[in-house]
Amino acid sequence: MTTATSRLSADDLDATFAALADRTRRAMIAKLARGEASVLELAEPHDMSQPAISKHLKVLERAGLITRSRDAQRRPCRLEPRRLKLVADWIATYREYWEESYARLDDVLQELQGQSTQKEKSHGTVTKTRSHRRPR
Amino acid sequence: MAPSQKLEVIVAPDKPTIVTRRTVDAPRALVFDAWTKPEYIKRWLGPRNMEMVVCDVDLRVGGGYRFVHRTPDGQEFGFHGTYREISRPDRMVSTYVFEMFPDAEAVETLVLEERDGRTTVITTTVHKSIQNRDAHLANGAMEAGMNEGYARLDELLPDIRRAA
Repeated sequence: MTTATSRLSADDLDATFAALADRTRRAMIAKLARGEASVLELAEPHDMSQPAISKHLKVLERAGLITRSRDAQRRPCRLEPRRLKLVADWIATYREYWEESYARLDDVLQELQGQSTQKEKSHGTVTKTRSHRRPR
Repeated sequence: MAPSQKLEVIVAPDKPTIVTRRTVDAPRALVFDAWTKPEYIKRWLGPRNMEMVVCDVDLRVGGGYRFVHRTPDGQEFGFHGTYREISRPDRMVSTYVFEMFPDAEAVETLVLEERDGRTTVITTTVHKSIQNRDAHLANGAMEAGMNEGYARLDELLPDIRRAA
């Protein structure tokens, strides 16, 4: 797979998360995390027709989450952890996104506070009058 | 940076929520304005390397917002929502849709708590399901585990395992 070194496109992410959004497919991934498995082995815990199982596997394959050996007759499925890693990296950006946003917000707030302090100074008398009126 | 200015991200294992908490050095009315006025939003929301190419705000209950970030390589990420409650200066509720997952609408509540001129910003995002939430946010265990290696991946994906 070439995507390992490149960024995930929006479509890749879409396909990956759509694939992960299904309980049966997550169960398959959990099973494959323990090692490669045949289609039969993957189908075993699920009360599902063979075509339904194949369909799930195709979704996982298209999403880059699993690969299937082309040569062997058994065609075992294998987890493709790089894709999950890329997804995890992308998700880690949630935190970075907010950390960086807040760092920038700090700057904006500092500037805004500077402005409001100046305003208070230039309208000092108004503030004073108000504070006299306000009951304590 | 003061310890209190550390961003907290709290992800419940059994609820589809993300809570973030961060203290800023300003009274909450200013924070509320910075959070809701496009001229300020544009300047802080999002990473530095992303340009905000759309910043539409119709700040009234029932009104909407839409923000679009553009990455340096030209990819655009949009999100939008509707304002449900606007209580300046301490609370706002809005919906949130990340346009990459248009069906996964979430509800965000912003709460601003002021003390001694400083404000703690608390955001609570409630997704429709844990799966939706996790699609937006991998938990720390998953991320940390990924870096250790992939050998025991099943242990790194508690949500996947639970669902299985």
